[in-house]
Amino acid sequence: MSTDATLSFEEAMEKYDPVLGFEVHVELNTKTKMFSSAPNVFGDEPNTNVNEVDLGMPGVLPVVNKTAIESSIKIGLALNCKIAETCRFARKNYFYPDTPKNFQTSQYDEPIAYDGYLDIELSDGTVFRVEIERAHMEEDAGKLTHMGGSAGRIQGADYSLVDYNRSGVPLVEIVTKPIQGAGSRAPELAKAYVAAVREIVKNLGVSDAKMERGNVRCDANVSLRPHGRERFGIRSETKNVNSLRAVEHAVRYEIQRHAAVLDSGEPVIQETRHWHEDTRSTTSGRAKSDADDYRYFPEPDLVPIVASREWVEELRATLPEPPAERRKRLQADWGYSDLEFRDVVNAGVMDEIEETIAAGATATVARKWWMGEIVGRAKNADVDPGQLGVKPETIVELNKMVEAGKINNKMAAEVLDGVLAGEGTPAEIVEKRGLAVVSDDGPLLEAIDAALAAQPGVADKIRGGKLQAIGAIVGAVMKATRGQADAGRVKELILERLGVEG
Amino acid sequence: MAAINRDDVAHLARLAHIEMSAEELDRMAGELAVIVDSVKSVSEAAGDDVPATSHPIPLTNVFREDVVGHTFTAEQSLSGAPDAYEGRFKVPAILDED
Amino acid sequence: MTENNVLIRLSAAALAEKLAAGEVTSVEVTQAYLDRIAAVDGGPRGVHAFLHVNTEEALAVAAEVDAIRAAGGAAAEELHELAGVPIAVKDLIVTVGQPTTAGSKILEGWHSPYDATVVKRLRDAKMPILGKTNLDEFAMGSSTEHSAYGPTRNPWDLDRIPGGSGGGSAAAVAAFEAPLALGTDTGGSIRQPGAVTGTVGVKPTYGSVSRYGAIAMASSLDQIGPVSRTVLDSALLHQVIGGHDPHDSTSLPDPLEDLVAAARTGNVDGMKIGIIKELHGEGYQAGVENRFNESLELLKQAGAEIVEVSCPNFKYALGAYYLIMPSEASSNLAKFDGVRYGLRVLPKDAPLTIERVMGATRAAGFGDEVKRRIILGTYALSAGYYDAYYGSAQKVRTLIQRDFEAAFAQADVLISPTAPTTAFKLGEKLNDPLAMYLNDVATIPANMAGVPGLSLPGGLADEDGLPVGIQLLAPARQDARLYRVGAVLESLLEAQWGGPLLDRAPELAASIETQEAK
Ligand SMILES: [Mg+2]
Ligand SMILES: [Zn+2]
Repeated sequence: MSTDATLSFEEAMEKYDPVLGFEVHVELNTKTKMFSSAPNVFGDEPNTNVNEVDLGMPGVLPVVNKTAIESSIKIGLALNCKIAETCRFARKNYFYPDTPKNFQTSQYDEPIAYDGYLDIELSDGTVFRVEIERAHMEEDAGKLTHMGGSAGRIQGADYSLVDYNRSGVPLVEIVTKPIQGAGSRAPELAKAYVAAVREIVKNLGVSDAKMERGNVRCDANVSLRPHGRERFGIRSETKNVNSLRAVEHAVRYEIQRHAAVLDSGEPVIQETRHWHEDTRSTTSGRAKSDADDYRYFPEPDLVPIVASREWVEELRATLPEPPAERRKRLQADWGYSDLEFRDVVNAGVMDEIEETIAAGATATVARKWWMGEIVGRAKNADVDPGQLGVKPETIVELNKMVEAGKINNKMAAEVLDGVLAGEGTPAEIVEKRGLAVVSDDGPLLEAIDAALAAQPGVADKIRGGKLQAIGAIVGAVMKATRGQADAGRVKELILERLGVEG
Repeated sequence: MAAINRDDVAHLARLAHIEMSAEELDRMAGELAVIVDSVKSVSEAAGDDVPATSHPIPLTNVFREDVVGHTFTAEQSLSGAPDAYEGRFKVPAILDED
Repeated sequence: MTENNVLIRLSAAALAEKLAAGEVTSVEVTQAYLDRIAAVDGGPRGVHAFLHVNTEEALAVAAEVDAIRAAGGAAAEELHELAGVPIAVKDLIVTVGQPTTAGSKILEGWHSPYDATVVKRLRDAKMPILGKTNLDEFAMGSSTEHSAYGPTRNPWDLDRIPGGSGGGSAAAVAAFEAPLALGTDTGGSIRQPGAVTGTVGVKPTYGSVSRYGAIAMASSLDQIGPVSRTVLDSALLHQVIGGHDPHDSTSLPDPLEDLVAAARTGNVDGMKIGIIKELHGEGYQAGVENRFNESLELLKQAGAEIVEVSCPNFKYALGAYYLIMPSEASSNLAKFDGVRYGLRVLPKDAPLTIERVMGATRAAGFGDEVKRRIILGTYALSAGYYDAYYGSAQKVRTLIQRDFEAAFAQADVLISPTAPTTAFKLGEKLNDPLAMYLNDVATIPANMAGVPGLSLPGGLADEDGLPVGIQLLAPARQDARLYRVGAVLESLLEAQWGGPLLDRAPELAASIETQEAK
């Protein structure tokens, strides 16, 4: 696998103007498939969530899932789209073993929703409008596993195994218009856009929206043009970029790669690219060819869908609070400052904080844990914070132990690492690691006396009422006890020792 | 309308995933040319004002309630499979696209 | 005539009566048909209507019906009118417990894990299924010569074709191997074989019989329908299989009309019957024309008013059909790829990739006519050609519908010969696809517009003594009219002939024996 040349992002931005486009596939969480009554369930035994329709048996016919249509209309409305009065399904013909009929039943020239927009708030609070071209319905394919050869890669595989459980799962594909004018904010905008779509479908309750499970999948189109030129450059389409961080990285990488290609005087090839999380780079997929003649035609086994205005309004009335309004409400409920709240949003932990509060934590505690502990760990592990595996209940439990004086904050952080390492519940880890605050005041008083003796000037300041000076003594005590002491108790004892009212 | 030649047939056979010998391509090109010629009047039959009919009897909004129905066991799913392994359909290697 | 010979020559309606009256058992009837199949279907000069004979299951269902009748009571009362009357099923329709091949090597040995809706309905009515009948591969043909399992022979002349694609079903009924059969009709595959074998065949209104479980050729044209020896028998079977099915999105929600009542109370007095100017005359065999004119005369005498209507756009129907049908078929047949079921053929040389396995499987598994239509359909849908071909053909459909609307404004039913000629010789048109396609010129317009059509025997052509078919067409959802008019015409013709037309067919078992003795 050859590595492509890249330019630094800064240099690329100096020379070129990026144009983006996204196709985001959202798996709906209906009970059954798009066209069959088999269950839409993730993770079961292969080829058991299927019936004759999902396997493309001879003689079968599709019947449309009404809930999938309603979910699609809701997505369209939430994306500020127009809902088509009449729309249809078509057949997209291509042979691939994960596609049981060797055509995908998909909307084509008549999508259910079109002409929408989404206002995306960037990290500095500026709002960028992304225009939505269309949102159309289609069905998912089965899952291929490549065996032999190099570890599950398609290249050099000996054979492949097909599980059709996912075949026929309802999808809504959301396609943007070309996104221009993002400049160096393009990678950030990319991530924020996909995050916004994910937030919307989750908020609507129409998708489980778990990117790690492929509920939301992003194809990212990137092209560059010299500054000031109207015409778009040739684009690449990076397929299946399946985490928010990866979306940002993939767009950044493609901008750098395109810039290097253009600088070398070569034309960019219109092709699909594969994203590799390990190397944070893309490799060449398939160039556009005459085999891409999908021979679309209206699906003769299905009849048109007519969305009456009454039906659309009924659905509109069921829509939940839009994310932007929800944010306003949450910020007020939680009492965060503008800056605090924006940091939470940018870190992508708003939902997680909400869940943690719902599990019993205060807003302050939830923020302290997510922003203070978890976001940093996620960054180190190179994953989205929500994907680190921290359960709200764990945070609540840890916080209870701290408040009860059983452990201190430093220990709690250590326990969290243990939980993430799979060592057990917080209580088990405290037990196993022998973590507990020293509660016998004897050794503590010894340490306090030693610290006061070592810093007589500080002791005098405290006696004189300058209580903020106490930190130096507390710090010394904590150091002496290797963090085993409860800082609150230490403070109390120091004041007691010096005869000062706290 | 363009005549249909052997290269066209070869391209179509590729799209349709049917292997064809050189002799078969020649024969098919000849036969298709005759058929295509005989159906070409169709494109001149109707003006732009005539709408297309995709379904002979128009219906709309035929839906299914989102209620789980029957499923197959893996054994039933694979009962006609030319090759299978551990509950899944087994196929020879897929040519990578690149 | 032996006792069995009497039994197998009874109509389904008559059999049903005898079964209900306890004069005969279903096992006796079913066995008589199985014996007949054994006598005339096999061997080098056999009719070869069946691809699979379902002996055990058919007899088991028959025995079950007999037991229910013998026990009497509510269960016996609730038995369907046709319970115990055997039936043959075209091998394009999937059945649990029997192979379904679609007449193709690519499905050789395949057993469906589910039943077609119409098969479920046969089972609910407790009709023993005698077996699966031969057809042109994937129903693509007008002679049953395109079956991968060898042609079916016409019982009237074993050197001639039985029509197609449902030649097996028509020949089985004509040869007294079954009283009833199911067919499928995409461009005439029920009606044209009916015409050339002297049997009755009906293509119902599109959407009035579920297509679920009929292996699709052209989804917007396909329709399952009855094959029988009398108009009433078709109505009885149509009543069993018809009506809404939630598994087929194109299934009409309407309740089924009382078709049996229509067949029993046939009447044409005061009815307007329209001759379609474009569907007779030039290109039609003289003997066909003569029988057609006789039928018109009889209807007139029975009180019908004969009018002439014109359907000027029918001249585009054949061309438009040969764009829509292969387009849809090319997509419908893509699923046969050697991955999930059916044949898998490995390429002879390296590399072994799935693409090449698919290519080799489809090359070996499909016959020439199927390949021809797949390639034609792929062409008609491909980039740059869609509008000119598929798109234009769909517009022609609109024009044909308008022609029908105008014609039905002037006439209650329309009438034409079913096919331009009588049965031709085996092999005669096999290498001339266009000549073969012309057999369906009179039947295709009904499929394009979705209207129902019925073919019934109109007599024998003077020049060759072979059956001629008369086609009746009614507006969509007015299938009952076909039975009302068909029953009248049938009784007038039979009165003229002094009995059913099939009584004049050559004694089959004897002829097969003589042939084999030679
Ligand atoms: Mg796409
Ligand atoms: Zn898609």
